[in-house]
Amino acid sequence: MPRHKLIASESDVSIEVDEGKDNEFSLYYVEVEENSKGGKEKQATRDGKRRRERNGEVSRRRASEKRSTEMGNKRAEKKHDKHHKTTRKEGEKDRKRPRRRNADEEEAEEESSKEKKNIKNERTKTVKLEDEKEKDVKKKRKKHVKNDEDDANPGKTKQKDCQEVALKEKKKKRRKPETTSESESHSESNSDAESKDNQAVGVLGSLTPEELEQLKEAVDERKKLITTLKGKPWPMKKKLVILRESQEFVEKYEGALGKGKGRKLYAYKVLMMKKWMKFQRDLENFKTACIPWEMKIKEIESHFGSSVASYFIFLRWMYGINMILFGLTFGLVMVPEALMGKPYGSMPRKTVPRVEEASAMNFAVLWDFGGYAKYSVLFYGYYNNQRAIGWLKFRMPLSYFLVGVGTVAYSYMVVIRTMARNANEEGGGDDTSFNFSWKTFTSWDYLIGNPETADNKFASITTSFKEAIVEEQESRKDDNIHLTRFLRVLANFLVLCCLAGSGYLIYFVVRRSQKFALEGLENYGWWERNEVNMVMSLLGMFCPMLFDVISTLENYHPRIALQWQLGRIFALFLGNLYTFIIALMDAIQLKRAEEEIVKKNMTIWQANLYNGTVPDNSTALPITVHPADVPRGPCWETMVGQEFVRLIISDTMTTYITLLIGDFLRAVLVRFLNNCWCWDLEYGFPSYSEFDVSGNVLGLIFNQGMIWMGAFYAPCLPALNLLRLHVSMYLQCWAVMCCNVPQERVFKASGSSNFYMAMLLVILFLSTLPAIYTIVSIPPSFDCGPFSGKNRMFDVIQETLETDFPAWFSKVFSYASNPGLVLSFLLLLVLAIYYLQSTSKTYKRVNMELKKKLQTQNEENKRKNKLAALKAANELEQAKKAGEQCSNSASDLGVNEESSSIDEAGHHRQAGQNGRLIHPSQSQDTQNSEPPVSSAHTTTRPPASRGHTASGHLPGHPQKNAHSNRR
Amino acid sequence: MGGTSSKLPKDLLSEYQVRRTHNIFSELQDRENGPYSSRVSMEKVLTLPELKSNPFRKRICHVFSTSDMKDGSLSFEDFLDLLSAFSDSATLEIKSHYAFRIFDFDDDGTLDARDLEKLVNSLTGETDDTRLTAEEMRQLISNILEESDIDKDGTVNLSEFQHVISRSPDFVR
Repeated sequence: MPRHKLIASESDVSIEVDEGKDNEFSLYYVEVEENSKGGKEKQATRDGKRRRERNGEVSRRRASEKRSTEMGNKRAEKKHDKHHKTTRKEGEKDRKRPRRRNADEEEAEEESSKEKKNIKNERTKTVKLEDEKEKDVKKKRKKHVKNDEDDANPGKTKQKDCQEVALKEKKKKRRKPETTSESESHSESNSDAESKDNQAVGVLGSLTPEELEQLKEAVDERKKLITTLKGKPWPMKKKLVILRESQEFVEKYEGALGKGKGRKLYAYKVLMMKKWMKFQRDLENFKTACIPWEMKIKEIESHFGSSVASYFIFLRWMYGINMILFGLTFGLVMVPEALMGKPYGSMPRKTVPRVEEASAMNFAVLWDFGGYAKYSVLFYGYYNNQRAIGWLKFRMPLSYFLVGVGTVAYSYMVVIRTMARNANEEGGGDDTSFNFSWKTFTSWDYLIGNPETADNKFASITTSFKEAIVEEQESRKDDNIHLTRFLRVLANFLVLCCLAGSGYLIYFVVRRSQKFALEGLENYGWWERNEVNMVMSLLGMFCPMLFDVISTLENYHPRIALQWQLGRIFALFLGNLYTFIIALMDAIQLKRAEEEIVKKNMTIWQANLYNGTVPDNSTALPITVHPADVPRGPCWETMVGQEFVRLIISDTMTTYITLLIGDFLRAVLVRFLNNCWCWDLEYGFPSYSEFDVSGNVLGLIFNQGMIWMGAFYAPCLPALNLLRLHVSMYLQCWAVMCCNVPQERVFKASGSSNFYMAMLLVILFLSTLPAIYTIVSIPPSFDCGPFSGKNRMFDVIQETLETDFPAWFSKVFSYASNPGLVLSFLLLLVLAIYYLQSTSKTYKRVNMELKKKLQTQNEENKRKNKLAALKAANELEQAKKAGEQCSNSASDLGVNEESSSIDEAGHHRQAGQNGRLIHPSQSQDTQNSEPPVSSAHTTTRPPASRGHTASGHLPGHPQKNAHSNRR
Repeated sequence: MGGTSSKLPKDLLSEYQVRRTHNIFSELQDRENGPYSSRVSMEKVLTLPELKSNPFRKRICHVFSTSDMKDGSLSFEDFLDLLSAFSDSATLEIKSHYAFRIFDFDDDGTLDARDLEKLVNSLTGETDDTRLTAEEMRQLISNILEESDIDKDGTVNLSEFQHVISRSPDFVR
């Protein structure tokens, strides 16, 4: 029987293991059992010695009882022989596959080849023995019906247990050798099997490298199977069985691949590897258990679809990043300064000035961050320029600078890494020729668990189908396209107007606020002071709504519409942010002018101080003035930090208030006024609000941009942001679940995650620009902050190099930083980038070509497979007929081997075509038809096969089969 | 077909998740009235909030069930299969394989016009106002077949299905 034919796909391998003629052999073993007891002591020696030359055997016949003792001892190994055999077949089949071989395995080559040889010998020997004994066994079998019941258990689930039980009982199940390949080895092994006494005379040189390769391949194959098992569309039971078998196999033979001393080490290595894997798995489990808000997000996902959930996932990701930023600033800047720096009130920069003392504890401090908050670790100005603080000699200014740089660097790294990962995942999706099929096959959002959402989804799918059909018809007519185009242009024009208007408004407000600032803010009320922030927040609130209205004109697919919407709001926010920054720059210039004046006054003040009190003794200690009374500069850095903090706070407040009024209050009103209103509020005009994904995402992104911009001047910003994100997580989760309705056009947002990331990257870049500009080009204030007294902030690096490192280091550094080297380095970088870019382009092109090739080949294969399928169908028909005949005439024992073999082949081909397990009992039926008793037995236990596999021959299956083979 | 069933395990089932899954499963078992069995009937599985509103819920049960009775009842292993196929980390191959079998209403290994019609009908819901008219349906199915039936035999088979679906931006991987 052509066994190699049976192994049509990998899935067949496991099937073969336990079907077949278990009965005979189990009986046979029972018989052999008695003889085997004496043979155990031999085992240890034999293990090492069983090396034989395959061809050089002379002795032909041995006493059968000696053989049978041998058999008993080798029982444990036989099981693996079987695995080995099957995998070896696979190995042969897949010889063409590129094999991974490392030096380790090469080393172990000889040892494994011996092992391999042993295995082969054993196998062939047993085969031979079985063959010989078969006739006797057959006679006995009829008497031992009882044993049949034990062993002929067809249940797949139990096959494992049965094996174990059988092992314990020393009644090992054996499968009858039934393949041609094996019968070949029969004849060839006749010589092998007889030559037991020659065991010690192992000749290594005669071992073919193929065999050892096969073993290695088999082990590799198993390992690969274990790793890829998760990715196979098999039922869990089958996976479990295969996994266990493969693991056993690998365990057995992997250990054997080492040699001598190395073997122990190897075993240790394997053990450690296992422990490490276990640890990793535990860690993974722990991590999964630690993901915060998972349940909340899943719940929202089930109610609102994945697009809304994507916002919350993004929010959570943002929270993680801010956690790290917070850790950096808090651990390396704020805490050291608070613990080891000079305490509050010890110097002017750490004290509230006399003028502000009266209002320093006002309630407004909470959102204004003036008063005591301004003169604390929260802001840049509080930090001292002392080089090293505390007993740790903590380099405060250096740490401050490096944390500022590190924050930005970390953010860049994370964003770019995430983008790269997302880009990897996206891949395909290049051609859009499957419009309708995609709509049909992938439009359902499997995350929806809410009936109402499901209804909306049904409706939206119907609409999309109808639209697609209409569009298809229209695209042939090309009629309405002009109107759509006109509307789209109009919409864009309107949006541009909005943007320009908002830009002008902000510009106007900023100019006005400068005027106010020049005249002194004290004369104006709350509105005038917070005008810029408020206008920005209000614009950010209302413009997106306007855009939303405008975008209905355009009639885009929701996903495209979302991207347009995002792009527009992005432009709006960006304009607002940059106007704000320009205004800030102006303010910085003003402050610096003021600083110059203060500096001059300072010298006069000092002179007055000394002149007035200590006229004669200039060497005496300077008079102690309370630090609050010392005149000081305006400290523009703290001002900038404060502005950002205020912006964040007002932004947060607007978000929350919008949420409460726009969502909650509206929902309450609609809900309770609906009973006494003249039209239907719930489905009419106000209705409930939908969750605005794009606006919220952009809000989040811009908020983060402000954090990045301001974090250098206000170390408290990440902490504040963390708080804000935490609160929004809960508040928005609650608001979404309690007062929003699912979107009417529910759509999936899987593709937009990288879009968010791209925007985040742009914002990150745009927000680091001004920060870097201020750090590099504006000299720090003379009397506040960690860099006071220096010409530029980055001088702190120079200072550290000079004082904290040995002299040669700064020398080397100065050499390395001379323009010639730096320029050439930059040139090299540019070249490298250019090279990488061009290679990636080439790869892309090659990839596309390969794809095309694959496609054409696929089509060709399909045509071929069609033919093959027809052929297979015919054969199957024949096989079935033959099978029926066989079972009908199944009274004789040695009945038509041929027909049953055909039958089995047919069955197996079918199994291969199905790409899944065929139940052993199916083929067992035909085989066990020989003994009437056992066949009756199998009929009492119906196969637990899956319903769909029993549906007969499938015309499409050869393709599937080919597919699985190709893998 | 995308993502996970909500509230249920996210990663390709780890030990922790298997434990959680088992909890859910035994909860379902408890709800089962009548004698204790290792299987949970389809009706009980369908009470899971994740499947409640899914138009393919019955198909899903049938596809994953290994029951002899073809009643869609699930054993724990079947249930695990179901969850791992729907989990975020299931491979494209697993997902497309099971998606194909879910869509293959008559279990004949190909998606023919009748399968597609049933599929579209489940997608558009059961009410009359969301259903497509016969003309629209005919048009839609012919369009689908035109696109994805590469070998032009009037049906969509698994490899064609995978070919189409793997290029979709909506197919969550």
